[in-house]
Amino acid sequence: MPEQFLFATEVVLNGLMAGVLYALVALGFVLIYKASGIFNYAQGVMALFAALTLVGIMDGQVPFSHLINAIFGTEIHHFGWHVPALLAILLTIGVMVVLAWAVQRFIFRHLVNQEPILLFMATIGLAYFLEGVGDLMWGSDIKKLDVGLPQGINDWIDVTTFEAFGYGFFIDNLDISATIVAIILVGALIAFSQYTKQGRALRAVADDHQAALSVGISLNFIWILVWSIAGFVALVAGIMWGAKSGVQFSLSLIALKALPVLMLGGFTSIPGAIVGGLIIGVGEKLFEFLIGPMVGGATENWFAYVLALIFLVFRPQGLFGEKIIERV
Amino acid sequence: MKLLTMATAAIVAASPVMADLVFPSLSYRTGPFASGGIPFADGYADYFTLLNERDGGIGGVEARLIECETGYNTEKGVECYEATKGEGALVYQPLSTGITYQLIPRASADGIPIHSMGYGRTSAADGTTFPWVFNYPGTYWDAASIMVNHALDEEGGSLDGKKITLLFHNSAYGKEPIRTLEALSKKHGFDLNLLPVDSPGQEQKSQWLQVRRDKPDYIFFWGWGVMNQVAIQEAANIRYPMEKFIGVWWSGAEPDVIPAGDGADGYKSTNFTGTGTDFPLFADIQEYVVDAGLAAGDGQSLGQVQYNRGLFAAMLAAEAVKVAQELHGVTEIDAAMMRDGMEALSITEADYSSLGLPGFAPEINITCENHSGPGMAFVQQWDAASQQWKPVTDYMTSDRETIQPLIKADAAAFATENGITPSCS
Repeated sequence: MPEQFLFATEVVLNGLMAGVLYALVALGFVLIYKASGIFNYAQGVMALFAALTLVGIMDGQVPFSHLINAIFGTEIHHFGWHVPALLAILLTIGVMVVLAWAVQRFIFRHLVNQEPILLFMATIGLAYFLEGVGDLMWGSDIKKLDVGLPQGINDWIDVTTFEAFGYGFFIDNLDISATIVAIILVGALIAFSQYTKQGRALRAVADDHQAALSVGISLNFIWILVWSIAGFVALVAGIMWGAKSGVQFSLSLIALKALPVLMLGGFTSIPGAIVGGLIIGVGEKLFEFLIGPMVGGATENWFAYVLALIFLVFRPQGLFGEKIIERV
Repeated sequence: MKLLTMATAAIVAASPVMADLVFPSLSYRTGPFASGGIPFADGYADYFTLLNERDGGIGGVEARLIECETGYNTEKGVECYEATKGEGALVYQPLSTGITYQLIPRASADGIPIHSMGYGRTSAADGTTFPWVFNYPGTYWDAASIMVNHALDEEGGSLDGKKITLLFHNSAYGKEPIRTLEALSKKHGFDLNLLPVDSPGQEQKSQWLQVRRDKPDYIFFWGWGVMNQVAIQEAANIRYPMEKFIGVWWSGAEPDVIPAGDGADGYKSTNFTGTGTDFPLFADIQEYVVDAGLAAGDGQSLGQVQYNRGLFAAMLAAEAVKVAQELHGVTEIDAAMMRDGMEALSITEADYSSLGLPGFAPEINITCENHSGPGMAFVQQWDAASQQWKPVTDYMTSDRETIQPLIKADAAAFATENGITPSCS
């Protein structure tokens, strides 16, 4: 088989894996937008906050220790225990649920019936607030995140493809884990929305707020629920991205990777987020592989947006988004 | 009367304060590059605190630090400069090549020196064209040359036919060494492959797939912030031999390697300051700064690469102040006097010892013609087991024979563009 074809195949496979990671971030945006019409600018920071909280709990770090020490002159940093990853994840989910309640109770409850742009501005404020609180709670140093996920080249794929084609493909074990987790997550989300009472209520709210209210569905509860689920998705994204780079404040920038995915897949579709992520992942990697060397490389950041814009021109609602029809 | 009082108060507020020595610190404690920015800023602040607490300042005048958060953002950096220059700033340490490029014309016009220590515009080494800019103890071109020299040593003196990839942050900073490496590739016969990574560098799969296909003999690395951690992790993922992966001095600190765990073992970088706290000065910092509750951070980054580098930058500024005070016979100096002090700065090993930092950095001797100092650095290697950087070479000199003509040419082009007549006034 021609060498270039093998390389391109490897690039496509890695693009698909990268796309899954982008889709994980995009999912959080979709969930909140679908249920409440809010474009949650804070989704990236939520991933950061969740990952910081997870590492902090795992390492037994005392939250707000710098503040406590500065005020009381103490030297407290750690509780002296180490929490197993699974328990720490459960505790972090608890924290994200509390955060969802607080966001609803203290921000969005007061902004009911306001213009979408105001809700968007509120999420910008929330993003900066969360970033500051995360810093204050857990410190700003880089933290190693190890929840036991395997990392590095998958030897089986490397050996098998080498024996078959004379060239061993590189696939990162972490990317494989992310793909499996994403499949389970999407399956669980679909099952939740189709087969549970709360899920059906959530879909009803997404379809029509007024109608949902009229049949006795609590908007408050649904919004807390959806922010909690988005918080959980943010935690999953934070774990996957944090395992690659360590948990640090740049983690919030992964939101930038989700924007072209949303533009392409639509803001209201879970399958759209997945397919959009895969298209962006493969598209940007292939472009970098084929065209990058001719134009000096580093094309991925801007090409993802160009690709999304092309789709946007022909299908403004995105691939899977709902077509907006306004009657006058 | 009220108006007169207000006007007087405004004039007093706007005037440079001459009762102290002002050092603006353009720091970044937030954002994607905070992991390097925080310990540097802490080291920079703690050294001045030490001088104030232990010695009563420099020459009897207290040092005053004004910290301004840039987030490693060039626009914010310029805003910080504009906001603090009226405070009587003696020297700016922009801590970003992008900010440095923006400040060079402004600071030159305002008559305030810039010390871009081991970063910034390389040709600012030519003091005849850039009288207000200093980049001692070395430049990016020195770093690139030292990496090549190290590779030459490792390969028995020849790099002919070898493949070297430059993996770089796609910015002014990352592009800085390209010119030198191109010249050195012609001289030594190695193939240079350029591999840019867009900022911030969280996703580098494409670049590392290319590395895996090309199998370069060495990777020279110009990263910063999250790009460093991701690159080192990706190198470990593809099982690239880490001893062939060499970072510039801004890609070789503890936060860069720790997230990759054992995978980072063997990774190398250049450095121009000592690491660890095994220097007498640190006992004083512990006593007068940390134990007194005056440390800028929590005291846990003492001895780390970036902390020590920030401390070194402050020490160089303080030593330049002493030279300026001596040159001009006054203790309260202004920015122009500070520039004179920087241009006459000389630090020998005996000086380092008397400062409590024996063997901490290369000897420095600045002249009008040479604002970059000795251009020396050593190569260090990460030992994951002990979680320590270990020097694997002595201080090495760069190939100034190759670099100097490039500096001259670039400085001459700048002088022509800006109507500057190079001179030593």
